Amino acid sequence: MSSTTIASAFDEADLVAKAKAGDADAFTDLVNQYERRVFRMAKQITQNDEDAEDVLQETFLKAYSHLDDFQGNSKFYTWLVRIAVNEALMKLRKRRSDKTVPLDEPIDTGEDVVAREVAVWEDNPEQRYSREEMANILDEAVQSLKPAYRTVFVLRDIEEMSIEETAEALDLSISAVKSRLLRARLQLREKLTRQFKRKGDDALAYL
Amino acid sequence: MTLLLTCKRFLHELNDYLDDLLDPQLKEELRKHVDECPNCWVICDTTQKTLTVYKGMEAQAVPADIQSRLMEAVRRKIADKCGSSGSCHGEHPEPSGHEVK
Repeated sequence: MSSTTIASAFDEADLVAKAKAGDADAFTDLVNQYERRVFRMAKQITQNDEDAEDVLQETFLKAYSHLDDFQGNSKFYTWLVRIAVNEALMKLRKRRSDKTVPLDEPIDTGEDVVAREVAVWEDNPEQRYSREEMANILDEAVQSLKPAYRTVFVLRDIEEMSIEETAEALDLSISAVKSRLLRARLQLREKLTRQFKRKGDDALAYL
Repeated sequence: MTLLLTCKRFLHELNDYLDDLLDPQLKEELRKHVDECPNCWVICDTTQKTLTVYKGMEAQAVPADIQSRLMEAVRRKIADKCGSSGSCHGEHPEPSGHEVK
């Protein structure tokens, strides 16, 4: 079955119910539906292909083992993301174990929301770059964020989960998600502005 | 007299402004500020564009070798569970029809 066929006929709740009842094919359909997004998210959080593959496998194997624990109070994908995020953060912590900066470092001083780089972008920057170049630019910008900001941005703005779902997946308060998201968005905006700003322009040109 | 929002206040509300989560009155105040403040207009515009380029990113296919190992691991897990509990049904526990290489 092609991914297009799966997508067009995809009924998450039905597949989950069937998988919980022991239908193996239903579970593999769920894997096929979500593997791309789980893998992308794992790569973005761990920044490491090997770790991302481990996260991908562990996520679906744990999901299968714990299917009975899924009560349907959230979307299946949100539940899956929560497993994947936990796995990815564990990998990240292991990789960073020689460093002293914790993932949940205090970051919200409430005073550090700034925007230094102020310049309009060239029109349609995505047309100036190949798809691959564009993907690399965007990936590099995300990877330059601190993990605490990165994870929130990945879930909210790349996976397009709601603020509430992001908070649930990361075990954070709504206000913590919003605060981190603001900083993540502003930092990315600055990084991309350096890349995409219209040549010859600077902040003063708009005053 | 209504004081203009400062740029700092605008920045703090930017997320909810972009996500359209503000009450109409505050939203209107912010809209006025954006109209009158070139810097905040640029910040708002480029932040919106930042979100747009990321939302336009499609997740690429999982590389074939990684996908193959994933499906093999899933297949084994399902076979283990079905073998121990005997509770599985369907024609087979194998993910046939999917790309297992």
